[in-house]
Amino acid sequence: MKARVAVMVMLSDAWLIARKDLKLEIRSRVAINQVIPFALLVLVLFAFALDPDRGLLEKATPGLYWIAVLFSGLLAMQRAFSLEAADGVTDALRLSGLSPSGIYLGKTLSVAAQLLVLEVLLGVGVAVLYGTSITGWLLLMATIVVATAAISTAGTLFGVVAAGLRVRETLLPLLLLPVLAPVLIGATRAFEAALSGTPSEGWPWVGLMSVFAAVYAVAGILGFGPLMEES
Amino acid sequence: MTTETVGSVEASASGPTSTGSRATMVLGIVTLIALAVLVLFGLILSPADESQGDSVRIMYVHVPSATLSYVGCFLTAIGSAVYLWRKSQWWELVAYAGAEVAALFTAFTLITGMLWGRPTWGVFWVWDARLTSEALLMLLLLGYLAVRRLAADYDVRAKRAAIIGLLLVPNVIIVRQSVQWWRTLHQTPTLSLSGAEIQGLMLFSLFTGFIAITLVFIWMVIHRFRVAWLEEQLEAEGLDTAIAERRAEGVIS
Repeated sequence: MKARVAVMVMLSDAWLIARKDLKLEIRSRVAINQVIPFALLVLVLFAFALDPDRGLLEKATPGLYWIAVLFSGLLAMQRAFSLEAADGVTDALRLSGLSPSGIYLGKTLSVAAQLLVLEVLLGVGVAVLYGTSITGWLLLMATIVVATAAISTAGTLFGVVAAGLRVRETLLPLLLLPVLAPVLIGATRAFEAALSGTPSEGWPWVGLMSVFAAVYAVAGILGFGPLMEES
Repeated sequence: MTTETVGSVEASASGPTSTGSRATMVLGIVTLIALAVLVLFGLILSPADESQGDSVRIMYVHVPSATLSYVGCFLTAIGSAVYLWRKSQWWELVAYAGAEVAALFTAFTLITGMLWGRPTWGVFWVWDARLTSEALLMLLLLGYLAVRRLAADYDVRAKRAAIIGLLLVPNVIIVRQSVQWWRTLHQTPTLSLSGAEIQGLMLFSLFTGFIAITLVFIWMVIHRFRVAWLEEQLEAEGLDTAIAERRAEGVIS
């Protein structure tokens, strides 16, 4: 009974934090004015780097897509915590009495929501710019959902590890990208499987990424409390 | 001595007071003897391989150091877990020492592997599952060390590093699994040392390698731990001294 109440409190706190963060994003328009244009810029840069006439872009679409998601997602994740760094908001959060696990889940939700918007736009981008024909919708959708969960659970946890430090801009990519390597591999292979019309090869990767997301969600829910105590 | 120093003196009573001790001196001598035996068997007494030639000798240090790089990761994960659970600085420093030595062994594994790969496969690097996961392990360890060496309060860097240290083991497992699938979907693994039959003097040399490299590992972890312990002790003592000095100034004026 007690555990159930704790879970309810955690979820309602998470909802509160996610709403606050998303409201901030919508009002500040940083994601719309800077992160999304950056993501599209990455797509254009790939076209410059790989000759568009040789069909390389279409062949490499899954990999390029996920690299673009990771790099522009990093910007969104940096922001989720630079918001808190200003004006002693971290102390205010700590004093607010919200459960740390709830704060973690809320941040994860808001990062995930932003990533989803980014991924949809990038998907339209590659379909239009790289001329990739899109097949295997079910697998594509499942991959996007699971990979987003994996990136945002791990990204939020490592985001708070790097938060509040002077070196956070350089530290977060170093910590996060090697950790996300399995997600990059999995999401890319699953996309390849979907686009090449052999979706059965892609499902094990969706499973692997689900395990990844679950491990990091648990680690974040348990580890956020100790991490918020200090800093 | 002021009252503040009493705490650190009590704490240091349970830890080392210098980097050397009689026991580790003996350990060091045994390690050197083991390394000499390894050189004797690995480079002189054991025969060259029929297919790989002399480059097979790299295996006698490569395989043990790869194994111990994983042992170092486990040490870091265990130390981090105990630190988070019990707030024990002793274990936190074990985790730190383990990670640093593990990073060194991982680098050594990668370098010896490349030196072996060049004459054997003709290239320094192959995107093999084992190589790739070892390289990612190296990057994960560097991330841990970057956080642990931050210019911040001890509690801040120790706690943040401990979370990363704790996640090292699940990370390594997921990375290995994904890289394994990644490669095996496209091609069968390029190398399998277990497939190669080794016996006689070669097997004995590998065995010697395991003993010698393990001794080196233990010696390094112990000494790295002691240096880290003394560093933290010095830092705490420096702070106490500074506080005592400021207090003394207050008394005079």
